[in-house]
Amino acid sequence: MKYTNSAPIYLQVVDSIKEKIITGVLAPGDRLPSGRDLALEYTINPNTAARVYQTLEQEQICYTKRGLGTFVTEDPERIRVLREEMAENLLDAFLTGISRLGISREEAIQMIIKKEG
Amino acid sequence: MMLESKEITKVFGKKTAVDKISLKLSPGFIYAMLGPNGSGKTTWMKMAAGLIKPTSGEMYYDGRPLDVASRKEIAYMSTEPYFYTWMTAGDVGKYYQDFFEDFSMEKYRSLLERMELTEDLKTKALSSGMMAKLKIAVTLARDARVIMLDEPLNGIDLLARDQIMKCIVEAVAPDRILLISSHLVEELETVADYAVFIKKSHLIEVRELEELRISEGISVADKYRQIYANMGGENE
Repeated sequence: MKYTNSAPIYLQVVDSIKEKIITGVLAPGDRLPSGRDLALEYTINPNTAARVYQTLEQEQICYTKRGLGTFVTEDPERIRVLREEMAENLLDAFLTGISRLGISREEAIQMIIKKEG
Repeated sequence: MMLESKEITKVFGKKTAVDKISLKLSPGFIYAMLGPNGSGKTTWMKMAAGLIKPTSGEMYYDGRPLDVASRKEIAYMSTEPYFYTWMTAGDVGKYYQDFFEDFSMEKYRSLLERMELTEDLKTKALSSGMMAKLKIAVTLARDARVIMLDEPLNGIDLLARDQIMKCIVEAVAPDRILLISSHLVEELETVADYAVFIKKSHLIEVRELEELRISEGISVADKYRQIYANMGGENE
């Protein structure tokens, strides 16, 4: 994975896993790799990998069964909300960028429609 | 189980290679020792490994001055080549097994496989990338409490780097200190916990990488540029 320079590494990996959950690459109830395997998969520090799972647990996107591992939430509502949260983040970033260019929302909406057509 | 230098100094003739560096390393973490070539990283590591004596100051391991017993628990991979040319990769393993109690042949074989090397390879026929991988494999096959790798990524292509980084990640353990020196800052960006910035024989600062991103919104490479920016051209 390619990392950006400014955001913390653990958050970038958290987002990558969230995306896999939303797109169905990871299904509800799926077991996630161990901390060590996650570290290898993303070439990150094992302490960072632990932080990734802590964050995902705090946000109730994953849960840990003692001795068994970390699993994707089976709550469809949580995944639906997650999808909205991530879409909102993308939208916020887009709107910030577009307003920096001095483009109004109306103009931006027209541009999106045109782009899609 | 800490490794600590207190005001350690090394003078070679007229040049002070390490100037009063006090640095404490804790187990469970990967430290990236950063700085241009010639800033004192290798000299500090060699003192930590007990290979050269400090001019003043002292190195401590587990709270006691470094001695023969503590040296057994410290593995150091130097930048210089150190295998006899007649050796095969398998011979290198046997050689290490004779030297170090904590060397595991089984671990060595699995690391060789991971690095896509075979035991029958002659060391004199190895490319620089293969040699680098062999050195890492034989060093990480030791169950040492302190592992120091001096410039493990020098002159290595991208794919070999990925293999090496993964082996380094696998070597992390709660009771082990890993210290990696490099002037290739970006390579250690995702893997290190802490960056130790060395400039002109001095310790500038020790920073936690994620904390740097959270509090200042910058990467370790950005920080590196800030610290060494005015040294352009002076070092390679």
